[in-house]
Amino acid sequence: MNSVPVDYYVLLSAILFTIGAMGVLIRRNPLIIFMSIELMLNAANLVFVAYASVLKSFSGQIFVFFVIAVAAAEVAVGLALIVQIFKAKKNINIDELNSLKG
Amino acid sequence: MTQPQFTDFYTILPFTILVVWASLLLLADLFIPRGRKGITAFLAAFGLAGTMGYAITQVGLSSIGFNGMVVLDGFSTFANILLLLSGLFGIALAHGYTQRMGIERGEYYTLLLFSVSGMMLMAQAADLIIVFLALELLSIPLYVLAAFNRKTQSEEAGVKYFLLGAFATGFVVYGTALVYGATGHTSLYGIFSAASQGTSGLLLSIGAALILVGFGFKVAAVPFHMWTPDVYQGAPTSVTAFMSSGAKIAGFVALLRVFATAFPSISVDMTGILWIMSALTMVVGNFVAISQTNIKRMLAYSSIAHAGYILMAFVPYGNREVVSVSIAAGLFYLLSYVLTNFGAWAVVMTLEKAESKGLEISDYAGLAKKYPTLAAAMTVFMLSFIGLPPTLGIVGKFYLFRAVIAGGFTGLAIIGVLTSLVSAYYYLRIVVNMYFREGDPTIENEPGLAFTTAITAVATVVFSFVPQWLFLLASTALLR
Repeated sequence: MNSVPVDYYVLLSAILFTIGAMGVLIRRNPLIIFMSIELMLNAANLVFVAYASVLKSFSGQIFVFFVIAVAAAEVAVGLALIVQIFKAKKNINIDELNSLKG
Repeated sequence: MTQPQFTDFYTILPFTILVVWASLLLLADLFIPRGRKGITAFLAAFGLAGTMGYAITQVGLSSIGFNGMVVLDGFSTFANILLLLSGLFGIALAHGYTQRMGIERGEYYTLLLFSVSGMMLMAQAADLIIVFLALELLSIPLYVLAAFNRKTQSEEAGVKYFLLGAFATGFVVYGTALVYGATGHTSLYGIFSAASQGTSGLLLSIGAALILVGFGFKVAAVPFHMWTPDVYQGAPTSVTAFMSSGAKIAGFVALLRVFATAFPSISVDMTGILWIMSALTMVVGNFVAISQTNIKRMLAYSSIAHAGYILMAFVPYGNREVVSVSIAAGLFYLLSYVLTNFGAWAVVMTLEKAESKGLEISDYAGLAKKYPTLAAAMTVFMLSFIGLPPTLGIVGKFYLFRAVIAGGFTGLAIIGVLTSLVSAYYYLRIVVNMYFREGDPTIENEPGLAFTTAITAVATVVFSFVPQWLFLLASTALLR
């Protein structure tokens, strides 16, 4: 099978990871920040499956399942927290969350 | 590949016991009426104490379970006992406090147990898959706990902690992915053997650095510390006390095991990064703490500064001759930090009033005249934080600096000594307030708080006279 070289996958994942990390640092809406974090996790998943297929090793694919499952658990807690904030403040802009000064 | 045996479960039996107990408690809590949640607290403490009893019988044992996924050794047993101890202190502080603040709910104790079990799994993880799972198992309950008080800005703290924590997890996972790509293994031993044959060094180094960034967030090392003061101030104080001890132990324990087991081959690259991180953390933590007027924020910066001291123990991790001494010194310092930290937070909670009142440093004025024992206990904790006799703090710092100098990093030890001197300024300000200013503070009488304060204060002083015994214990905490 004449496939795409693994370096391309790594490069793509590095780009995705950077976009995600920048999104977390730049965007001000917790939901968008949260999506950016998911992008970072999926960038990692891409590396895992790419190398799992190159190295003919299963542990990479198994790791991806764990990442997906744990991300779902994180979504449950994270969205609940964001909804609570929204109920209290009618607004979810990160800049408004300034009663604690950092 | 072999099927799991019963012997595999012996390896992680303390963890298994605690998870089963926490799950049962989640059910049992449904039948405990509101207002009598003290029963849940007692059951949770009972579970922790029972698990601790079993964990102590594991001293000296060493085994590997589930095809090298988890490991039991002196290091993990020491960490387990320390984590269970902080869980017990966490519950002792929480019960009266949550009642007084009107946020008492049974879930608090269940979440705390799940978080402790995640920390224990972290100490026993021998595979990056388990490290990741344990990281989430300890973090997700903590996000909820940080947002537990709906009456104050606690939710804000919860969201901040959650977003930054998930961000950090992203770094850990991506770093793991690169390490897996470079070596073809997620097992720490597999990574070690593949890395020592010299496979693709750059990818491995980047992966290890990303894992370090992720854990840097978790243990609040500079420059990844920005969330700490906000979260520590906003979260309920009982949660802050537990978080600043337990989560820190777990983060450092995982970092030590991962780096010392899997990445000795790239220690040349990593040592420089760790050196800078440790020095920056000590300097920034101590200097920013000076300008704080809120005691929760001050202790948050103090916990950042202490993360810097503990990070010193990592710097010589690639040096085969020094590593076991420096690990022992790091663990000893963690132990002394945990005792002092819980004591200091217990005093803070004794003076705290509803709606975040009673948390300014000026509120401590006149404490010594009215409540001399409480003021004396707080003085002990402050002296221990600075590293002055007769407390555990000075012994911990002594072992730590000695190990670092033996590893050939005298410059770092000098920075450590100098920043300790700086820290004396803001810690002693509290002592001055308590003894030399006039004021009329009021305190809450709660058995849990008084008990924790007394035990930690006595332990901090008494063990400083017989530290050899504890250090011997820490020296048996070897990595398998």
